Amino acid sequence: MSQPSTPIPTCPRALAQLLRVLPLAPLSLSLTAYSRRIAKHHPGLFRRLGVYGDRRFILDPTDLPIVLCLDPKGGRPRVQVLRQTTPHDARISGPLAALLGLVHGAYDGDALFFSRDLVIAGDTGAALALRNAVDDAELNLAQEIAAISGPFARPLRKIIARIEQHSGVFLTRPDDAPAW
Amino acid sequence: MVMEIVCPAGTPAALRAAVKAGAHTVYCGFNDETNARNFPGLNFDRSEMRAGIAFAHAHGAKVLVAINTFPRAGEQTLWHRAIADAHHAGADAVILADAGLLAHAARMHPDLRLHLSVQAAAANADIINYYAEVFGVKRVVLPRVLSVPEIAAINAETGVETEVFVFGGLCVMAEGRCSLSSYATGLSPNMNGVCSPASHVDYHDDGGVLDARLGGYTIHRTAKNAPAPYPTLCKGCFSAGEKTGHLFEDPVSLNAEALIPQLLKAGVTALKIEGRQRSKSYVAQVVGNFRAAVDALAEGRPMPKGMLTRLSEGQAMTTGAYRKTWR
Ligand code: SF4
Repeated sequence: MSQPSTPIPTCPRALAQLLRVLPLAPLSLSLTAYSRRIAKHHPGLFRRLGVYGDRRFILDPTDLPIVLCLDPKGGRPRVQVLRQTTPHDARISGPLAALLGLVHGAYDGDALFFSRDLVIAGDTGAALALRNAVDDAELNLAQEIAAISGPFARPLRKIIARIEQHSGVFLTRPDDAPAW
Repeated sequence: MVMEIVCPAGTPAALRAAVKAGAHTVYCGFNDETNARNFPGLNFDRSEMRAGIAFAHAHGAKVLVAINTFPRAGEQTLWHRAIADAHHAGADAVILADAGLLAHAARMHPDLRLHLSVQAAAANADIINYYAEVFGVKRVVLPRVLSVPEIAAINAETGVETEVFVFGGLCVMAEGRCSLSSYATGLSPNMNGVCSPASHVDYHDDGGVLDARLGGYTIHRTAKNAPAPYPTLCKGCFSAGEKTGHLFEDPVSLNAEALIPQLLKAGVTALKIEGRQRSKSYVAQVVGNFRAAVDALAEGRPMPKGMLTRLSEGQAMTTGAYRKTWR
């Protein structure tokens, strides 16, 4: 049977190049603060991780020269942006657009796995728990950013909508419009 | 008559997505060994179940609670408590497989509607009528080993409603009896609610070739860029004698969409979608697709063509035993 052609967008080269030179420590600090905000607003996400709440996850956007190391720490998460991987329990790899689409509920994790757009390594149970917990949390990452941007929230929302429209990457949670 | 769409929900978000997408009924389970999808990060705690049922009822949908594993001797309390909690939460029915649990539910919760799980593998009218007479079972979920004429023959001989799977992962053995997962991992869907438990699954990328291991056994190797299947033994690729191939079943998903008119004629009441382990994105798309199909059928319109290949295991689909001859 033929597959519908809905290719997952890849990151623009410029972003990959920028990340090669950008200092990563401030990025890690901001992402940690951001993830703690998410933890505060979505406590269910970390509860759902259950026994996997103390595992270390590597999220690897394969089209970028960095990986994210997530320590959920039972609801006080820490995120590190790294150029190289570090010891971990589970690793989830795929194009950034696939990972963001997964977070926003636009893509189905198993479908991404069947199509080989998503690769899981290490502790499969931990990776599954994270995926299921994130799917239930109904996150909207762009909205979370806008919420802490004070007077810049409105223009920021506009810019995000523009980027989303042009790139086909799910930066927000589509209401009732899953891609597949 | 509009056939009832019975839709899976592994999380409260998936339940809401299913209801919004038009599911008449949603089935789900508690986050423990009492249900056959006891996966990490999945299922409902007690308060989520109460809220989910209230949400579904407020939108005119029903909720069935699957308590369809087989209790271990001496530990029945966990299963008994699950039935009582589902009843108090307002469940429209519980889906049970074990005869002892059915007896307990019939005795202790006489006004709770009982459905017979596919895990009971009730595949003929005699045994279905027995469950109805002895325990008051109102509906049976038929195993995925029957052809459409066999389903019609069963319906002709029983007053019990029948529910059949129309989409999702295929369990190809007599359900509730398959020991393949136990053999490789010590855990099974029947006793622990997990076939091929994630804790025993290992993936290795070998130069683009995906190696899937279950309990240390390599069960298939997927070529670079080829669609990957679930790591279940029944879909494994084995060598026997001179031949290498999928011994039990190809890694494909069930899609009986095209058979819905025949299933209606065969007297089927409800169409079940597999996939409590799937995301709300899957749920919304599959439910929307099947709801549109049954609505079109009820109104005498041509059924819309679905676009569900991408969501299917191995990205390939089959009509399963409904139209199948066994190897
Ligand atoms: S091994 Fe296959 S047939 Fe057996 S329980 Fe698992 S999915 Fe079903």
